[in-house]
Amino acid sequence: MARYLRYLVPLAIFALLVAFLYRGLSLDPKLVPSPLVGKPMPTFTLTRLDNPDVTISDADFKGKVTLLNVWATWCVSCRREHQTLVQLAKTGQVDIYGLNYKDNREDANRWLAKLGNPYVANAFDSDGRVGIDWGVYGAPETFIIDREGIIRHKHIGPLTIEIINDEILPLVAKLKS
Amino acid sequence: MIPELGHFALILALSLALVLSIFPMIGSLNNTPGWIALARPAAWGQFFFVAIAFGCLVSSFLTNDFSVVYVAQNGNTLLPDVYKVSAVWGAHEGSLLLWVLILSGWTVAVSLLARHLPAVMLARVLSVMGMVSIGFLSFLLFTSNPFARVFPAPLEGGDLNPLLQDPGLAIHPPMLYMGYVGMSVAFSFAIAALIGGRLDAAWARWSRPWTTVAWVFLTIGITLGSWWAYNELGWGGWWFWDPVENASFMPWLAATALIHSLAVTEKRGAFKRWTVLLALLAFSLSLLGTFLVRSGVLTSVHSFAADPARGLFILIFLCIVIGGSLALYAARAPSVSSGGRFDAFSRETLLLGNNMLLVIITAFVLLGTLAPLIYDALGWGKISVGFPWFNRMFVIFTPFLVVLMGMGPLTRWKHQDPGELARKLRVALLVSVGGGILAALPLLHKGSVWAGLAVMLSLWIVSSLALSLRQRLRYRKGLAGLWQDLGAKGSGSYYGMVVAHFGVAVFIIGVTFVMQYEIEKDIRLSPGESTELAGYTLRFDGVQAHQGPNYRADRGTLHVLKDEREIALLHPEKRVYTVQTKPMTESGIDVGFTRDIYVSLGEGLGNGDWSMRLYYKPFVRWIWFGGLLIAIGGLLAASDRRYRIALRDQAPVTVGKDGLIASGGA
Amino acid sequence: MNAMKPLIPLLLLLLVIAAPPLPAAVTLESFTFPTKAEEQHFKDVIGQLRCLVCQNETLADSDADLAHDLRAEVYEMMKSGKSDQEVIDFLVNRYGDFVLYNPPVKPSTYLIWYGPFVLLAIAALLLIRAVGRQRQVREPEISEEERKRLEKLLGDNAGKGKQG
Repeated sequence: MARYLRYLVPLAIFALLVAFLYRGLSLDPKLVPSPLVGKPMPTFTLTRLDNPDVTISDADFKGKVTLLNVWATWCVSCRREHQTLVQLAKTGQVDIYGLNYKDNREDANRWLAKLGNPYVANAFDSDGRVGIDWGVYGAPETFIIDREGIIRHKHIGPLTIEIINDEILPLVAKLKS
Repeated sequence: MIPELGHFALILALSLALVLSIFPMIGSLNNTPGWIALARPAAWGQFFFVAIAFGCLVSSFLTNDFSVVYVAQNGNTLLPDVYKVSAVWGAHEGSLLLWVLILSGWTVAVSLLARHLPAVMLARVLSVMGMVSIGFLSFLLFTSNPFARVFPAPLEGGDLNPLLQDPGLAIHPPMLYMGYVGMSVAFSFAIAALIGGRLDAAWARWSRPWTTVAWVFLTIGITLGSWWAYNELGWGGWWFWDPVENASFMPWLAATALIHSLAVTEKRGAFKRWTVLLALLAFSLSLLGTFLVRSGVLTSVHSFAADPARGLFILIFLCIVIGGSLALYAARAPSVSSGGRFDAFSRETLLLGNNMLLVIITAFVLLGTLAPLIYDALGWGKISVGFPWFNRMFVIFTPFLVVLMGMGPLTRWKHQDPGELARKLRVALLVSVGGGILAALPLLHKGSVWAGLAVMLSLWIVSSLALSLRQRLRYRKGLAGLWQDLGAKGSGSYYGMVVAHFGVAVFIIGVTFVMQYEIEKDIRLSPGESTELAGYTLRFDGVQAHQGPNYRADRGTLHVLKDEREIALLHPEKRVYTVQTKPMTESGIDVGFTRDIYVSLGEGLGNGDWSMRLYYKPFVRWIWFGGLLIAIGGLLAASDRRYRIALRDQAPVTVGKDGLIASGGA
Repeated sequence: MNAMKPLIPLLLLLLVIAAPPLPAAVTLESFTFPTKAEEQHFKDVIGQLRCLVCQNETLADSDADLAHDLRAEVYEMMKSGKSDQEVIDFLVNRYGDFVLYNPPVKPSTYLIWYGPFVLLAIAALLLIRAVGRQRQVREPEISEEERKRLEKLLGDNAGKGKQG
């Protein structure tokens, strides 16, 4: 009997392979998980997008549950998620801060004026150095930060209503309580 | 109208594929001659309609019919005609149509050239090929219709990716597909043999030329791809272990193991079950490659636009074809009789070792390619395995393969006295170790361990071939007998082996020397300024604007001088294509047998100054020259008189109870 | 160089010696270096890192914006005297192990670092068994003398004739 089992080995290996391939169809190979989740947010000091004379830093995030959204006017996906962000801001459930990444100040302000501004404040990261500290590799990216300034979640890619309802808001509610 | 005609033709082709798969197969099981006879006309009909469909798509491109979605995405009025044709297979839907065209072409070829097979066997082979066609035609018609229309038609097309607007890349997919699809012939032979319950030397002899020819195409396709990458990508790289490249390399490795294994099964009747499994494996890897490249499961610089829905379709198809064939194998293999005996030290064992190494290399290439997926699926974090890992593994395993390559041709079948072999190979060992040490010493212009190893391995192969040739010709009246020997039966295989193995030796030198000794320089030059590279002087004469048929370029001029004499004029370009505006680099290359001088433009820095990259690449051409030699060797082997005699003799061959051919062909 | 701690010394030897240099990777910005050695050092370091946008390319080869930025970052760090390990740690802390082009050798990656050799061992075992199993059916032995006579009779084509 064992003799016959030997010939089933190729089929068995193939079955294992198919299992992985099937699983792979629902995964995104380009996603890079962040090692910053569970760690304190990176310290930074940048000028505000709307006012170059005022600075904004990580200290401003402490004491409340916040979202940090990395975006830019040259980023097509950011354009797609913008209205969703505006809607989220309207609900008032969480403060949304922005990190304007490698952008042009005038363009960015004009963009917000035209399309609506969901952000409490925007940090202007013109050369992307702060983005590197946050492990940004492809805008848009959104971080959820708790009261103590610890990063609790990172979402890569544009936000949609489903993602907000399924992923973001439940965690925000949990962190608030 | 024409696109609709094409679409309709595909539907007809699918129905004929259904006929081809069902009737001859059932007919072969029930011995109904009428149904068996349907195979050839069905195969021809299928090819006819697929060819019509292909013609329609070509016509749509040439006439700039942008109402066809695929043409709108990939065509353009400014595109030169030759690239309009190659644009047909430039993206997913069209490349699948090419696949199906080639598959139906091979099916017709088998129906024509394999007429000497027993009718029942031929019917089964054609049926299985028909089944594969059904899969691909369905895939086309249900998920990837190249004839989908859009109204209103856009005024201009999206243009073929500029990277693909190159002669090398125009032929690369057709060559590769000829190879991938050709493996389906070996696969079909294997399935037919398993169904019929008869696996013997005759089956191996029938399969062998088809498999070898398919392998030759695959070799050419891969070599072309590498050569193209070097010429077009601007940084002088020629192999990246990218998932799509690996997807072509794995079937090649399995097919190499297969052609060696078939040699044993044909000559000695041994390894039957293993050879059949390899035949199934080679085509399975081709199909797996198709899946990996089109499903979005892996990140690659050259995958087609990913679509998990299509991925699921292919996966199901894989399960049916590969799963079905492996299940058939599991059911039938136990009852296959074992073949010729051989001793622990014999050519059979060495070939078995060759197979083992090739299969392990295939396995780790697969492991490395799928590693990101495996780790992600198991939740073990995100990793990816890159060039260094593949290179390291490849370099560890290949030398053992090369050692066997040197021993094999001089080893007897069935039983070889190790002492006798050692005596024969003494000279080869001396030459190779001696040469290797010389190359490794710093005496000879910067020696290095790697160069030494490469020279040693190459000399090992070459001197062993020389010894083998000498031995062979000794019994054929020496050098005078060479001419006569070339036409003899069985010599195609032998000389094919010599040329192909020699090609491997050339390849090893090319790869190692270019990686060891290449020099690269990043520099900023003003017009009129010169720089030095590996003993050559390069004088930059500035950059002028230049207009091409569908692009605008910045064209640089560099004079290459050696000892004050100009030996080459190079024109590296930075092109911006009119439609897809991503900048492209056309390198300026001075091609030489022992070295290339390679220049890529960087950025204009103002005042006519430009940054650029200069490369000195020694022996880089030997890489593709080696590949070409391997392909030629394969062609020589496939053209062996043994197979041609069988062809000429159209009477079907009878096979005796012992599995050997009883009458007729050679 | 990352700290690699393989268990088996022989494997260590193989892994270390079988590490040919990467094909020279290159950037188009003109970073300036005081010496050629430092330039090569920079290239070696960026050759070990992955571009997270074009994920199959190293930081040295990629043309992506992020790659430009990260190269500049690495350049600054190396110029200010940071060690290789510090540069690598800096990036790994922000992007994870994925930023290393060569996966680190740790228990979770044993599969890919040792897998091929395990396969080799299994295959070799199977091969030995397959060849050995044949010995059970022996064909009638002929003596060396008879063998030599046989060869002479057949003009020495018997064993080595078909070489193709």
